[in-house]
Amino acid sequence: MMKNKFKLSIGLMVAALAFTGCNNSSQTSNKGALGSSAAEKVFVAPGEHDSHYAFLSGGYSGNLTVYGLPSGRMFKEIPVFSQFPTNGYGYSEETKPMLETSFGFVPWDDSHHPDISQTNGELDGRWVFINGNNTPRIARISLTSFETEEIIEVPNSAGNHSSSFITENTEYVVAGTRFSVPVPQRDMSIKDYKGNFKGALTFISVDPEHGHMDIKFQVLMPGFNYDLSHPGRGKSHGWFFFTTYNTEEANSLLEVNASQNDKDFIAAINWKKIEEYVNNGGGTMMPANYAHNLHDEATHTATSTMKKEVRVVNPSEVPGAVYLLPTPKSPHGCDVDPSGEYIVGNGKLSANLTVHSFTKMLDAIENKKFDGDAYGIPILNFEDVLAGSVQQPGLGPLHTEFDGQGNAYTTFFISSEVVKWKLGTWEVLDRKPTYYSVGHLTIPGGNSRKPFGKYMFAMNKITKDRYLPTGPEMEHSAQLYDISGDKMEILLDFPTHGEPHYAAAIPAEIIKSKSKKIYRLDENEHPRKAISEADTKVVRDGKNVHIYMNMIRSHFTPDNIEGVKVGDKVFFHITNLEQDFDVPHGFAMIGARNAELLVSPGQTRTLTWEPQQVGVWPFYCTDFCSALHQEMQGYVRVSPADSDIELSWSLGE
Amino acid sequence: MKPIKKLMLSAFCLSLFLGCKNENAEGASVEADKPAATETTERTGQAFIEDDGSTPNVLQIAIGSPDHTTLVAAVQAAQLENALVNAGPLMVFAPTNEAFAALPEGTVEDLLKPENKDALANILKYHVTPGNYSKDFLKKFKKLGQANNGYVQVEVVDGEPIVGGAKILASIPAGNGIVHVIDKVLLPPTE
Repeated sequence: MMKNKFKLSIGLMVAALAFTGCNNSSQTSNKGALGSSAAEKVFVAPGEHDSHYAFLSGGYSGNLTVYGLPSGRMFKEIPVFSQFPTNGYGYSEETKPMLETSFGFVPWDDSHHPDISQTNGELDGRWVFINGNNTPRIARISLTSFETEEIIEVPNSAGNHSSSFITENTEYVVAGTRFSVPVPQRDMSIKDYKGNFKGALTFISVDPEHGHMDIKFQVLMPGFNYDLSHPGRGKSHGWFFFTTYNTEEANSLLEVNASQNDKDFIAAINWKKIEEYVNNGGGTMMPANYAHNLHDEATHTATSTMKKEVRVVNPSEVPGAVYLLPTPKSPHGCDVDPSGEYIVGNGKLSANLTVHSFTKMLDAIENKKFDGDAYGIPILNFEDVLAGSVQQPGLGPLHTEFDGQGNAYTTFFISSEVVKWKLGTWEVLDRKPTYYSVGHLTIPGGNSRKPFGKYMFAMNKITKDRYLPTGPEMEHSAQLYDISGDKMEILLDFPTHGEPHYAAAIPAEIIKSKSKKIYRLDENEHPRKAISEADTKVVRDGKNVHIYMNMIRSHFTPDNIEGVKVGDKVFFHITNLEQDFDVPHGFAMIGARNAELLVSPGQTRTLTWEPQQVGVWPFYCTDFCSALHQEMQGYVRVSPADSDIELSWSLGE
Repeated sequence: MKPIKKLMLSAFCLSLFLGCKNENAEGASVEADKPAATETTERTGQAFIEDDGSTPNVLQIAIGSPDHTTLVAAVQAAQLENALVNAGPLMVFAPTNEAFAALPEGTVEDLLKPENKDALANILKYHVTPGNYSKDFLKKFKKLGQANNGYVQVEVVDGEPIVGGAKILASIPAGNGIVHVIDKVLLPPTE
């Protein structure tokens, strides 16, 4: 931060001096002085827009944050797997079902790998998907409303880490388990892990029109750990690649016992072949229990459905669909270049990068050059599939992205750097430090057939002295680099929210014009909407009191309510009547023990309140909506439980 | 960092002045974007953060030890400081000055020459394991995978772990791992 301020101030000084001191020099030279400065490259003038959106996972926040590039400004935090008091997500009655699981209501998670939907291998900007790592789930977020629309739980999975990556026409979003577990879950000794636990790789189909997700099949793989994955693309479209570690199938002290084998595997899955098998009735339906939660934009309401079975496929049932590619030393990142030819496996304990060739893999398969098998899955020879390796580029390689110009960029955790290298020649072209201990990196479209290779940003695990200290807990740091030249140039250092693991980024023009401004009232199908004053009412149903309320600058209708009693359960169903961009209203009720609400224009949201104390209790709008925002308030009279005061409601009486 | 910044700032101001005086806008632009756009990579990074509050990391332990001046000089010559202060965990086998002195005469001097930086780095990285294991725990291993991509053998002799032929003389827990002081320099097997 200090450094950036320093740079920025220098940039401003240059500007000031150039304009005042050296004013007699020509205009072009002034432009030249600014043209190559980092400050100018990240400066987005007030009122101007960034050129790219970046969607960063929130890690332990369970959410997704939206940033602009190159400015590094955060625009929004989109709640996904976690309750979000800011707008009532996961607290309001309409959104609570989004967080239902087979374990009940789980209002937090660990979100890792956002991936934007694709058409023909290129980012189409319709949805972004993200995985919940801990209680295995995949979410779909709309890139028109920037809201979470759907969450599907993944059964037979645990530590949903090699997820959520998209095939090149968004046919599937794929979720691989990190932990192998008993399938189905049962009471058994942990010591019997080997040979008995399974690793489920889940292929979730995505409806092309609405994006709705449905588990098409799960491949039940041997009990390894499945770390990361990426789809084949171009020539390798139809395949999916997963890194594995712990091919030793150890169940304790993995840092020792899972590092015994010199090589683990990249598992190559021919999903088209398995899809065909399944379409012809192949696989087995097994009993399962998992939640499918869908938010309906018309009713503004989410529903949660428990699904009771899932189709599983044993690899041995489909010969020729699964192969294992030996890859050194517990490979972590599994990245496929834009052409689909190269599959990069980054052995996190290896100093070298291993790159496999898709063509050579097919050739080895065709010629049946196998080196044994694991549980019936053919193992290919390392030398037969190896395209090349980048020798000693750094320490602790993790992840690779591509610029579409034949170059690859790999992060190195231990040596804290990004290394640029050339596909095909495997030579190191450049290296730049990161601050500090980098995990993932992102190039907009860097994992698609068409990367937009202007920027790259590195997301670090450790911040230390990069910003003003804020106690022992610091936000993580990220650095933005210009990769348009031969050498990478660091432009900006910016804090990120939560623990970003990975990010997806996209040129702004692909999505910004589609961003929704309001929800149309005439399309609101919420069963308890109140879109006119005539619709407002208060209805008692036993102990439940439903208040059909609406709000517009600058009052609630109704704003005086009597006849509520201690022991009642009060539901405020509130419709925001505004049809004006960026005029949400808030709603806060004194003593409400869950949250407050933020209601977007045209939306209906419900807050539940259980009054405990006799009295007259106020509510008010929490979002500074208008010049008369402070007038936007009301009262609920709460009478004793045995009171016989009738329900009444009014505005302006 | 502060003195560096001051230096950069004054150099920068100077360049601006010169730029203006000579009416040489091209020159000014070249000078001006240097401090703004580039970072020096040799003496920045985690190794150079001031932090008195945390448990010393493996590098700080080595720097603080009078028995490891040769090792520290070697780490500095190979510019490996930042690799040793990472979150790790890192297990560093730290040969004493005596161990370095036992190498054939001229070996250390040779390795410290700038042209042998890579060879030196390879040897030093052979002394680093991603992991954090106590002396006793090391007996569970047959080999350790080292940061230079090689393996070092572990044997148990008289109930003690012997790592690449070296005995562990002392073990010091660090903020980001552990330092095992050893009595021999580990030399990576030649390919």
